[in-house]
Amino acid sequence: MSREMTGAEMVIQALIDQGVSTLFGYPGGAVLPIYDALFQQDSVKHVLVRHEQGAVHAAEGYARSSGKVGVVLVTSGPGATNAVTGLTDALLDSIPIVCFTGQVPTHLIGSDAFQEADTVGITRHCTKHNYLVKSIEDLPRVLHEAFYVAQNGRPGPVVIDIPKDIQFKSGKYEKPRDNQHKTYRPQIKGDLGKIKTAVEMIAKAKRPVFYTGGGVINSGPHAAALLRELVRATGYPITSTLMGLGAYPANDPQWLGMLGMHGTYEANLAMHGCDLMVNIGARFDDRITGRIDAFSPGSKKIHIDIDPSSINKNVKVDLGIVGDCAHVLEDMVRLWKDVAGEVDKPAQKAWWLQIDGWRARKSLAYRNATDVIKPQYALERLEALTQGRKRFITTEVGQHQMWAAQYLHFDEPNRWMTSGGLGTMGYGLPAAVGVQLAHPKDLVVCVAGEASVLMNMQEMSTAAQYRLPIKIFILNNEYMGMVRQWQELLHGGRYSESYSAALPDFVKLAEAYHAKGIRCDDPAKLDAAIMEMIDYPGPVIFDCLVAKEENCFPMIPSGKAHNEMILPDFEGDTGEIIDAKGKQLV
Amino acid sequence: MTQSQSAYFLSDAQPPTRRHTLAVLVDNEPGVLARIAGMFSGRGYNIESLTVSETEHEKHVSRITIVTTGTEKTIEQIKTQLDRLVPVHRVVDLTVQGEALERELCLVKVRGKGDARVEALRLAGAFGARTLDATLNSFVFELTGTTEEVERFIRLMGVVGLVEVSRTGIAAMSRGAEGMLEAALPDGAQGR
Ligand SMILES: Cc1cc2nc3c(=O)[nH]c(=O)nc-3n(C[C@H](O)[C@H](O)[C@H](O)COP(=O)(O)OP(=O)(O)OC[C@H]3O[C@@H](n4cnc5c(N)ncnc54)[C@H](O)[C@@H]3O)c2cc1C
Ligand SMILES: Cc1ncc(C[n+]2csc(CCOP(=O)(O)OP(=O)(O)O)c2C)c(N)n1
Ligand SMILES: [Mg+2]
Repeated sequence: MSREMTGAEMVIQALIDQGVSTLFGYPGGAVLPIYDALFQQDSVKHVLVRHEQGAVHAAEGYARSSGKVGVVLVTSGPGATNAVTGLTDALLDSIPIVCFTGQVPTHLIGSDAFQEADTVGITRHCTKHNYLVKSIEDLPRVLHEAFYVAQNGRPGPVVIDIPKDIQFKSGKYEKPRDNQHKTYRPQIKGDLGKIKTAVEMIAKAKRPVFYTGGGVINSGPHAAALLRELVRATGYPITSTLMGLGAYPANDPQWLGMLGMHGTYEANLAMHGCDLMVNIGARFDDRITGRIDAFSPGSKKIHIDIDPSSINKNVKVDLGIVGDCAHVLEDMVRLWKDVAGEVDKPAQKAWWLQIDGWRARKSLAYRNATDVIKPQYALERLEALTQGRKRFITTEVGQHQMWAAQYLHFDEPNRWMTSGGLGTMGYGLPAAVGVQLAHPKDLVVCVAGEASVLMNMQEMSTAAQYRLPIKIFILNNEYMGMVRQWQELLHGGRYSESYSAALPDFVKLAEAYHAKGIRCDDPAKLDAAIMEMIDYPGPVIFDCLVAKEENCFPMIPSGKAHNEMILPDFEGDTGEIIDAKGKQLV
Repeated sequence: MTQSQSAYFLSDAQPPTRRHTLAVLVDNEPGVLARIAGMFSGRGYNIESLTVSETEHEKHVSRITIVTTGTEKTIEQIKTQLDRLVPVHRVVDLTVQGEALERELCLVKVRGKGDARVEALRLAGAFGARTLDATLNSFVFELTGTTEEVERFIRLMGVVGLVEVSRTGIAAMSRGAEGMLEAALPDGAQGR
């Protein structure tokens, strides 16, 4: 069935047909026809952000917490360029986004027209795919194709650049079909022979470890359920990357905590000492591997990933399985039953004994204080006081982000939203806006740093306008703490430009944004203050004044191997840990 | 050439590199060449030769031939990175399939008088080049051959008055009866 309508109307109709109920945007000259079409309907809710970067991060939060595609609408030129950081963030973290950008009319393209930018050129490197629509006949296909490409295979952001004259033109609209792209067909099912080999390798191993990542979250809640089934059936330990937290419950005895640069001692040593590594939907990022030539030297490695380019990219593996996590895990769970009897029980017991020894090292222990709030303590209290609630956490970027990953517990997928790959300061607050829109009744907390949160502070206006009760929990150490820590470790404690000078009064700032401001600097009063935040029915900015020079440990210093971690009880000169070669690394 | 993609790769030892010729079938849509060239530059791979032309007009499919050099690992990455681009249908490594046929065409303008002019014509004859244009003091030759032949020809023309060179880059095809669409695909590669 096809109907005659304008390009602008097609955009709205496609959103409806794709099941989109919310989009994040900011108007301008080149998208006025689409805004006019929005005005004349009420199926799709438009959320007016205060900066286009905020729109993309909000859409990311919305997408990651709901499993749907996040949708963005911005104008040409500055609207599109402002969106670039968000698009890059979504690309690196594999978040499905469809972003509409307005463009100058087709006959003006290339003439340096008002608010013209080469949007497809600029965003080619920060999208999974992008389109410039030059004829109304192409528009319906491109609209649906974009949603298909954004969600299928490895998810990512897709830009559709629509010149203004195309928005006005009339044409025939077509409904979406299955397999919308004519040739793009990512492999979903894994090779059964290889999956069989994989379960046999697991059954035969003496010291295996599951290393899981964001791909399990991308694959959906069903993948997380199957992962739990498989891991419990095998009885072996599991760790996850920052991006995969929540796929496996943190309260489970087989859970080792996060791995990597700021991961736990037990997770990293299990990775280092295992004889079989089972990577499910993670990408051997450098925050995980540390020195490649010293990375888990004695293990065989299996890698399950939907993107063939992830396999053997950084680390050569013994068995690569291309496919979607849920599909491959389903086969693994089924096939495991045939080989379960072969597990070497004494070896398994010995492996756990060794791991328990590492656990006993208590790598997340810290020295608490009574005169000042330790950031770790603040998060432990936040965890304790929100346990049992349906709680969503977003973060900004820095030490507070790592502490949140270490001290908050995630028992369900899609409850943890953070900028991992790009590490974008300014992500957390707008992401919280998006999460709250997807989950209006649930508790949404953004764990923030005082520096990061200022980067998209303007989105508090959005929270106020839509009455979104987001809680911005700032661990205010008056430093760009992560930068300060690296300067302590690498640059002789010369804190060049990393002090957060002239900070705003966050309580007054909250009030200026029609929100509630809370400040706390006393560990004894912290619980009551956190409860006040949780109980308040509107948005809150919580200025939690914490110890200023706390370091985030454990840490694998740059250029070192997993078994060379610095632990919290490190006594010595932190300036001596990293050698000259390590200092060149990021 | 890039090392490992990881910032943590500290070893200076370099595994051996090899020259590969890749045939890539793509949708001939605007920007597709920029997408491919951008992938190479963005990820630090090099392109030695790139040729592109629409080969199936009705289906708007183009064939791109890329010659690149890298370690085995880099070549694998290049192939999977090409394959994941949405408009790419098929990537075939002609070098892995066996000795592929490779040809390029060059146009060479030489200027000279007397002995140089005679010598230029004699060399062109020896290489089997065609003379496309001649004036009293110049020639334009056309030569089709392997890259090595073309290089050698251009080097010799340098001695007898080379003015200008234009080369097409490489067109390549596997030997035997099998077409590139029939070649076996690696796991996860898109046979589309
Ligand atoms: C300050 C800072 C410090 C950090 N420290 C750490 C740290 O200590 N530890 C840590 O873990 N991270 C850390 N990170 C995050 C790190 O940079 C990476 O973002 C993260 O490790 C990558 O996670 P991942 O491997 O799970 O990959 P993701 O980026 O989540 O990628 C997912 C992988 O799964 C694949 N995939 C996607 N969908 C599917 C599917 N349906 N089926 C199968 N496969 C799929 C993708 O192709 C990809 O290969 C830090 C970030 C910052 C900003
Ligand atoms: C947009 C952006 N600019 C710069 C950086 C580099 N950077 C990483 S962490 C950090 C400091 C963050 O400070 P704050 O938000 O106060 O968090 P803290 O580390 O103190 O918890 C900086 C500047 C970044 N990640 N993103
Ligand atoms: Mg700070």
